[in-house]
Amino acid sequence: MQDLQSKQDLDAKLGALISEHQHMPGALMPLLHAIQDNIGYVPESSYSQIGRALSLSVAEVHGVVTFYHHFRTHKPGRHVMQICRAESCQSMGSEALEAHAKKCLNVDYHQTTSDDAITLEAVYCLGNCALSPAVMMDEEVYGRVSAEDLDALIAEAKA
Amino acid sequence: MMTTPNISTKVYIPRDSSALSMGAEKVAAAIAQEAKKRGLEITIIRNGSRGLYWLETMVEVATEQGRVAYGPVKAKDVPSLFDADFLQAKTHPLSLGLTEEIDWLKKQQRLTFARVGITDPVSLDDYIAHDGYKGLKKALTLSGAEIVKAVTDSGLRGRGGAAFPTGIKWNTVLGCKSDQKYIVCNADEGDSGTFSDRMIMEDDPFVLIEGMTIAGVAVGATQGYIYLRSEYPHALKALNEAIVKAEAAGYLGENICGSTHTFNLEVRRAAGAYVCGEETSLLESLEGKRGLVRFKPPLPAIEGLFGKPTVVNNVISLATVPIILDKGAQYYADYGMGRSRGTLPIQLAGNLKHGGLVELAFGITLRELLYDYGGGSATGKPIRAVQVGGPLGAFLPESQFDTPLDYEAFNNIWAVLGHGGIVAFDDTVDMAKMARYAFEFCAIESCGKCTPCRIGSTRGVEVIDKIIAGTDTVKNIKLVRDLSDTMLNGSLCALGGMTPYPVLSAMNHFPEDFGIAK
Repeated sequence: MQDLQSKQDLDAKLGALISEHQHMPGALMPLLHAIQDNIGYVPESSYSQIGRALSLSVAEVHGVVTFYHHFRTHKPGRHVMQICRAESCQSMGSEALEAHAKKCLNVDYHQTTSDDAITLEAVYCLGNCALSPAVMMDEEVYGRVSAEDLDALIAEAKA
Repeated sequence: MMTTPNISTKVYIPRDSSALSMGAEKVAAAIAQEAKKRGLEITIIRNGSRGLYWLETMVEVATEQGRVAYGPVKAKDVPSLFDADFLQAKTHPLSLGLTEEIDWLKKQQRLTFARVGITDPVSLDDYIAHDGYKGLKKALTLSGAEIVKAVTDSGLRGRGGAAFPTGIKWNTVLGCKSDQKYIVCNADEGDSGTFSDRMIMEDDPFVLIEGMTIAGVAVGATQGYIYLRSEYPHALKALNEAIVKAEAAGYLGENICGSTHTFNLEVRRAAGAYVCGEETSLLESLEGKRGLVRFKPPLPAIEGLFGKPTVVNNVISLATVPIILDKGAQYYADYGMGRSRGTLPIQLAGNLKHGGLVELAFGITLRELLYDYGGGSATGKPIRAVQVGGPLGAFLPESQFDTPLDYEAFNNIWAVLGHGGIVAFDDTVDMAKMARYAFEFCAIESCGKCTPCRIGSTRGVEVIDKIIAGTDTVKNIKLVRDLSDTMLNGSLCALGGMTPYPVLSAMNHFPEDFGIAK
């Protein structure tokens, strides 16, 4: 992920990603992933450029971006923390962990801390169900997460 | 135990993401550093996990007698392991003895998971040295119809949850005339309590690649896609690494193993929509659309991806094909009970002391799994309820714990086996809250195409909230039952159609949690 200086930079970056992906069968999903991986989110301003390349309307692109929980249309914090809300983690106290995270970070789900360090998201299963409750920080999974473990993760991310 | 000191000792430290979640990366770094500090030659191999997750990070040392295990190892334990001379397999408080002799593992019947935890997941040489690609070699000597017959005769049923006979699906695609056919692997493992797909993809990705290649050869499909959930970044890495190696060695691409067959494979990332685990919604997503469920017919086997005949199978179904081809249909069918043939990779999850992966023939009871393998609850309290088969599976009370794991036996008690995930809850669970969560989850994940699911789920949350608040309990319970009936019978797919399973089973077995007499 990188900070983009200007709209021109963004357009150039988008253009490169579009030409790299547009000829794949079913190109939209891989393209959206590539955009989010590179830019950190899928800017709404990119819809028309994507649409033109893939012969889709802006509404169709918007429909796909907003259908999937993974895609976001706004810049996230420097780190994304996902707390698993699914049944297995509930059986091991994830509800208390969620409450603890929201309180410590002073945000709700889909929000970013005031220092821009952490965006908090809910997730429904990380496949770490034998070691519930589970949390994912960026692309790393943590198991048997206690409130203290969460505090340590937060401190590390804010550092 | 004898190990010549001047030969580099092999130390196995898992790269599986659950092991990583318990600090395996730090353990690996600490062991490398400590060995260097002490001037000891070691070779660290990043293997898959054996699936004894409560013992992760489990470190193994190769000896002439076999691999010796230590666990759960934390980075801070590493100096003491060296002090105790663990490289010579000496004892330490974390000693587990010979890995293969650990009772939990020894009693299992690992067919699909034969290599998992043993090999380096992305080493093709390791894969081949452990019977890899024997199934494909065999398949290349057979006709498409003969391969399909072997899969049909094995009795393999879709391990994703629907339990539809895999061979019958393949046969439909085989019988279709088309210029293009596809093999699609449904790796959108979104059910809570399940992780067997993830383990296969991270810990033995070649077996999935081989299974898909056999499917392609069998039905005449030249392109495969693995639709992988975005929550599994480590699986993505392992699969892509394995695909590159398989291509380079001629196991993928044109003229596979010198034959006339072509099969190309690509991983496509999902984007966090649970409903895309439903096969038609998955196909829409692969085509670059919103994951709206399609009407059936037409079946995907006839008009699937981009309108072409498509095999859509779960990871475990496809990963089981190589051993069926290698050892024969009868070998696989000899395991199991009734119409549930073979083995099921069972995932023990939630509030259990010993969670992990248990592959066994169908027929073992829930009670044996929960107590003999699971070791009872992690919190030490009585296990009150168990949800089998993910968020759309029924909750089972203690009185049903003697049910054998068998598709029909579960069907008979109005429950489902699904993908073999078992989530245990202790006696602090509030089943009215769980019923509410089932509706809430359905509301969050509904694709919105059919009314019972889209609107019913939200109305369900509201009515359960009234029941929890004690408002008109009897009337509102009746309302939930009516609503559930509509969702069961009127939904387009299993999301809306099966949400009543957790809701009604919670109500039927635990009425006291809903404010009504037992």
